[in-house]
Formats: sequence, structure tokens, C-alpha cells
Amino acid sequence: MSHPIVVLAGGLSHEREVSLLSGRRVAHALRAGGHEVVEADVQAGLIDQLTALDQPVVLPVLHGGAGEDGALREVFELIGLPYVGSPAAACRLTFDKALATPVVARAGLAVPERVVLPHDMFRELGAGAIVELIGRRLGLPLFVKPSASGSSLGCQKVDDLKDLPAAMVGAYSYGRVAVVERFVSGVEVAVAVVDTDSGPKAYPPVEIRPDSGVYDYESRYTAGATHFLAPADLPPEVIQRCVEAALTAHQALSLRDISRTDLIVDPAGVPFFLEGNVAPGMTETSTVPLAIEAAGESFGQVLADLVARARARVQAN
Amino acid sequence: MDQVSLPEPRRDTRLDRYLDLYAQRTKGLKASAVRSLFAVANRPEVVSLAGGMPNIGGLPLDMVADAAGDLIRQRGPEVLQYGGAQGEPRLREQICQVMALEGVQAEPDDVVVSCGSQQALDLITRTFIEPGDVVLAEAPSYVGALNTFQSYQAQVVHVAMDQDGLQPEALRQAALGCRAAGRRVKFCYTIPNFNNPTGLTQSLERRRQILEVAAEVDLLLIEDNPYGLLTLDHEPWPALRAFDHERVVYLGSFSKTFAPGLRVGWAVAPHPIKDKLVLAQEAATLCPPVFSQHVVSAYLSEWDWRGQVDRFRQEYRARRAAMLQGLEDHMPEGTTWTKPGGGFFVWVTLPEGLDSQSLLATAVTNRVAYVPGTGFYADGLGSRNMRLSYCFPPPQQIYEGTRRLGEVLAEAIDLAQTFGLMAAPGQPERSDRSDQPDQSDQTEISVQPDRPAQPVHPEQLERFTHPAAPAPSDGAEPASPTGPTPGAPPEPTPLSIRSE
Repeated sequence: MSHPIVVLAGGLSHEREVSLLSGRRVAHALRAGGHEVVEADVQAGLIDQLTALDQPVVLPVLHGGAGEDGALREVFELIGLPYVGSPAAACRLTFDKALATPVVARAGLAVPERVVLPHDMFRELGAGAIVELIGRRLGLPLFVKPSASGSSLGCQKVDDLKDLPAAMVGAYSYGRVAVVERFVSGVEVAVAVVDTDSGPKAYPPVEIRPDSGVYDYESRYTAGATHFLAPADLPPEVIQRCVEAALTAHQALSLRDISRTDLIVDPAGVPFFLEGNVAPGMTETSTVPLAIEAAGESFGQVLADLVARARARVQAN
Repeated sequence: MDQVSLPEPRRDTRLDRYLDLYAQRTKGLKASAVRSLFAVANRPEVVSLAGGMPNIGGLPLDMVADAAGDLIRQRGPEVLQYGGAQGEPRLREQICQVMALEGVQAEPDDVVVSCGSQQALDLITRTFIEPGDVVLAEAPSYVGALNTFQSYQAQVVHVAMDQDGLQPEALRQAALGCRAAGRRVKFCYTIPNFNNPTGLTQSLERRRQILEVAAEVDLLLIEDNPYGLLTLDHEPWPALRAFDHERVVYLGSFSKTFAPGLRVGWAVAPHPIKDKLVLAQEAATLCPPVFSQHVVSAYLSEWDWRGQVDRFRQEYRARRAAMLQGLEDHMPEGTTWTKPGGGFFVWVTLPEGLDSQSLLATAVTNRVAYVPGTGFYADGLGSRNMRLSYCFPPPQQIYEGTRRLGEVLAEAIDLAQTFGLMAAPGQPERSDRSDQPDQSDQTEISVQPDRPAQPVHPEQLERFTHPAAPAPSDGAEPASPTGPTPGAPPEPTPLSIRSE
């Protein structure tokens, strides 16, 4: 008798809809492979629901909030449930761009020059002075994003310093800390990394070319609005740098099972780290399933292998 | 480290193999970050002041169940069979009786039953609109109507409203201006009673004036009236259709007075139009749902449905009171809102410097939801507005929702002031309700967005040129540029008006 795989999707974060889309695709892929799948949402009865199942493995595809900041994974560990994905501490580190970026920079990756500012700082010191300092230090254009959010929510490119205050307010709609980066123009690339018995394995870097020029929410989740190339249309040595950057980020951030690293490759062929993802999107328009399939592998089988690894981890303990 | 194996050939994809097959009119159908937040808003933890779901908890469900069961047991082969495209004759008779409450004199043959009045609107739009044709619509207007117009590639030209609803002179100028610019104006869409989203109602005098203008400029009116019987302060007023049979197509619905899940609405139209609608209905669905029609018919004949509407009104009065009290108690200075005499909605205008779209994420984090005002404009206005619904949550939840919203706005004001996007404390440049003279229970309100809708000028039509701006769906992002058009007339001072 097979033991169920609990695909946990939804939650209460701003990315609930994306998570539900991811969950549906993951559940479908696993069922197509003959696995017993239970689809669950984060709600008051979740713990009872999980503990009532016969030796389940949880596969969280929760984006944002408790799904990515490690909180729910702490709960799985409290219960003693095997789950797919990075441990709680690694999630906490990776989900917060303000914390993760210095870690990968120390590991040798190029990162955009940036400042990290809670909104209280603007109130206490005066926004005008700080905005001017940012402009002087980082120049233009800038990219503003919430420190802990996903799906490009609250993100905005700023070409004129007078637009920075509104962009900051937009980022603070999604959290109390915002990151302002020097905008790096170049080729946008996402690299999936999956742990295997022989170590972390990178999939072909996927080049992202949104029709609108900006890989925002609309470009991410409207089928057809973005042109993807897998592998990216880059020289082999640049591809190799992207792969190495993703593997480095995966290891430097102590990520486990599966991750996605987002990069911008500048005109000199240098990949800049933008962010790591502990719960990468698995929707019909997401890059991780695309990369896996472009490599000639079955998305469902890769997921099933990760479930088996999670189950084996608990049994080994 | 493992090396990646690079597959050949390179996969080059847009992840939608059907992309080249889609019609041009689908180009506006896009994912929306704002709309995605409504997935969270529907969770029970969130007080949703967003949706327009009627509160049907008080329906006589046993009676409805018995009626439905009896229909199947006693007349199953008939009520589960296909029916006529115009709708069941008995129901059309009853619809005429329902409309008589608002002064509409109609015969069953004037009526076309539809899958909710939304489908009637779709049939009308497909019957009249060719790509590029102009639809005049109140500013703001029902998002579902804007979506329908957009899906047929109509160009929506908004017409200003004031406290008495659609402005006749603005309507005249819009119609004449469009025609002078060589545009075909096919009809004007209006919600005379408790407009969605503003809650405002056309006065009787205003209705007469609108009909006069329509006659003068030879304009067809589409009167959408889902809320007319849900009046909370007075008896229902005569419909536009009550005064003019030839120039008004009336849309009605049982979704608000009975059950939206049955999807039964109707249109009443002049006979040439009616005949087209019947043919269009045949092409679209063969027939409206027969069983649903019979359930509605049984409900109307076997139940004191007017008494039921009275009970709905009582419930909505309590909900409206909770919302208006909550807004009074919790909204920050400079916020204004409408005071509807019925229907489901209150239209809130935020202080200058706040953006209801960007605030929605914070609101959802604080477990309250609303619909940003931009969804109710085809031209991107409404960023300072939000639609609040009082129809569904119980009164105490509505009040709690306004409290949470007040916290969100207070925080947003603090943030906007910090960044200089709003006047700092002590530098009020906004109206302060507490400073207003006593208005004898009238609330100072504004239906105008950050920039008032203008009577259209020929030069302005350029911003409505192809491709048709993708109209938003509920809570969606603005679809087209919002900036003023070169050559447009100067903007007047936003109107400040009073509720009924």
C-alpha cells in the first residue's frame, strides 16, 4: 500500500493564488505517476489532517509568508513529518533577501550593489535625505523590492529618482523592509537545482524574455506573455557560470532538495545573484518544470524522487 | 559539482501551444497581481468587503427544496428538457409582474430570459458592437459590464455622474463628441438604482432628463437594474423603461432578490431588438436553463417573495448601518464616502496621495479586503477609490472590517507622509468631515475619482483607439494609460456632493 504525498498549497500569503496553481500542477504530475496524493491547504485543522494520515510525506508548494520563511517547516519537524525541501533555518535565511544576499556574496557570487532599509528609518531620518543618498550612492536606474516576498509583487524599476518614494511605498505594502538595488541590465536567467544521490544537480538555465520587457506578475503568470529559452541563448562558458552560481547559492544557503536561483547576466557575461527560492513556482508558466522537461526528464519523476529522499531521511533518523 | 547537461535542440517556448490560435480580442486577458489577492480575500480569516454576493441565508430553503423536488418528480421530462430560446412562457408572465413594481408595463413577448442579466448584457453587446464601436458608460461603472464591452472590442467612453447619477449634459456631449469624431456610438449603459460601485441613484427628475437627451441625440439606453427592489429608504422608483419603451432595453435579474446560483435574468427590449436577442440566445446556449426557470417560477408563485424581499431589506439596512457607522468611526480625515439608499455598495474616496491598488496587499495582510476603484473605469481612473460591499458579512464583521481598514489607512498615511506623497500633519489640504457644518444626517461625499470623468471631446478619443484597452475584471489593474490627453480641456475641480 502506498503512503500518501500531501501536496500543501494555498496558505494565507499574497501568493496564495500562485501557490494553488503550483499545487495543482504538482498533484497532477504525481498522480500521473501513480502516486496517492492528498491536496491540503493551510488551515486550522491541518495538523490533525496530517497526523491522521498513514506515514505521509509533505510536499509544500507554498509561496511567500509561512510557506517560505521556514515557519511551517518547523511545525513539520515538531510533528516528525518528512517533508520535501529546505530545512526551516535555510528557508528563513533565503526568503529574506537582505540576509541571503551577503551570504552568497561571501561565497563569491556577484550581487548588485544595494541598500536595505526598514520604513521606520525613513520616518526617523527623513525620506528626502535618504532618497538623495541612495541616488548618489547607487545611481540610476534602480530596482526596488520587498525584502521578503515573491512573484515580483511590490517590485519596481525606478528610472527617475523622483519616482523612488512611490516605489518604496509600493514595496512596503508587502513588508516592512525594502531592498533598493542598482539595476543590472542583461539577460534574465533562472536555474533550478535538485539534490540527487550524487549531489546537487543543476538543470539547464532558462532564459526569460518577457514581451513587456519586465518579468512582472503579468508576464510570469499569463501564458504566452513571456518567451523562454532552455538552455539560455548564451555562450557555453556563460551558461557554465550560471550553473556554478546556482550550485554555489544552493550550497551557501544550505538549501536542500530543490531550489531556484534567479540571475541577471550582464553584457560582460557575469551572472549577478538576484534571489534564491526555497519554494520555486511550479505553475504552467514556471521555469523549474520547464527546465526539468527541457532536460528530457519527467517532472513527476523528479518530484517522486524528492519525496523518496525525504522519506528516507526520516527513516534514517 | 555536477556539470549540467545541455539539451539539444534548445527549447524555445512561450508555454502556450495555442497562442497563435487565440482571437485578437483575448489579448487583454492577463494575469493580475491585484486580482490574485482575492484568492486570499476569500479565506474565512479575511473580512471581505469586496464581493457582491447577496446574503441569501434567509431564503426558505425547505420550500425551495420541496419545489425543486416536486418539479422533478411531477414534471421531470418537461423541466429537464430543452426549452425555448426566449424562455419559459409562465416565467415571462411573472417577470412582467415583477417589473410592474417599478412601473414597467411589458408583455411576456417583450421578455427574453437569460443566464443572469450578465448574459443578457453579453447578448446585447454581441448584437450591437463591432470592434471600435463606442459604448457610453457611467464613470465609474460595473466591472462585469466593462469586461463584456472589452471582450467585444468596444471602446468605452465614460460619462460623468453626480449625486443624481448620470449627468444628462455630459451624456449629450459624449454622444455628440464621439459622433463628431466619426465614431459610432451604439448605446449608453447605465445602472439607475444604487449604481455598482457607487451606490448612487438617479433622481426621478434626472431620469426624465436622461431620457430627453437620449431622444434628442437618438441614443439607445441599456438600463441595468439588479438592485431596484432592494431600496432601503423608500419604495422603488419607476424604471427608465417605464417612461420609454422604444429607447430603453431593460435588464433584470433574480440574482439579488432570490438566488444567483440559478442564473436567471432577463432583458426587455423593443421587438426588433428582442427578436435579435432570441436568435443570439439560440446561438449562444440554445435556451436558458429550463429547470432554473421553473424553480424561479415556483418560488414566485408559491412563496411570499415580496415579503422575502422585505426581509432582505431589513438585513441590508442593518448591514448598511454597520458599515456607515464603522466608516464614521474609523476612517481617517479626508476620506469621504457615499451613503447609498439601497443596493450593496459604498464608494470610498481616499485622501489624495493614497492608492487603493497598492494598499490592497497591506489590507489583505491585515485581514480585510475591498475592490480597488480602478476596476470600475475603462481608462485607469479610480486609484483613490475603493468599493466596499455590505451585502454579505454580518454587521459585526462589517464593522470590524472597517476598523481594520482604518488601521491600514492610518499606516498608509503615515508612510505616504514620510515619503512626501501626502501633506504632513498640521498641513491639511483635504476636507475634514468634522469641520463640516451640520448637514442634518447627510454625509459629505464625493463620487469623483482622482480625476473627474470628462465629457468626451473628439481629441480625447485618440486614447480609445485600437487595440481596445483590456478592461479589468473585479479588482483588476487599470488597463490603459491614465494621463491627460494633449488638447483636452482643463480639469474642473472635483465635485463634492451629498448623498440621497
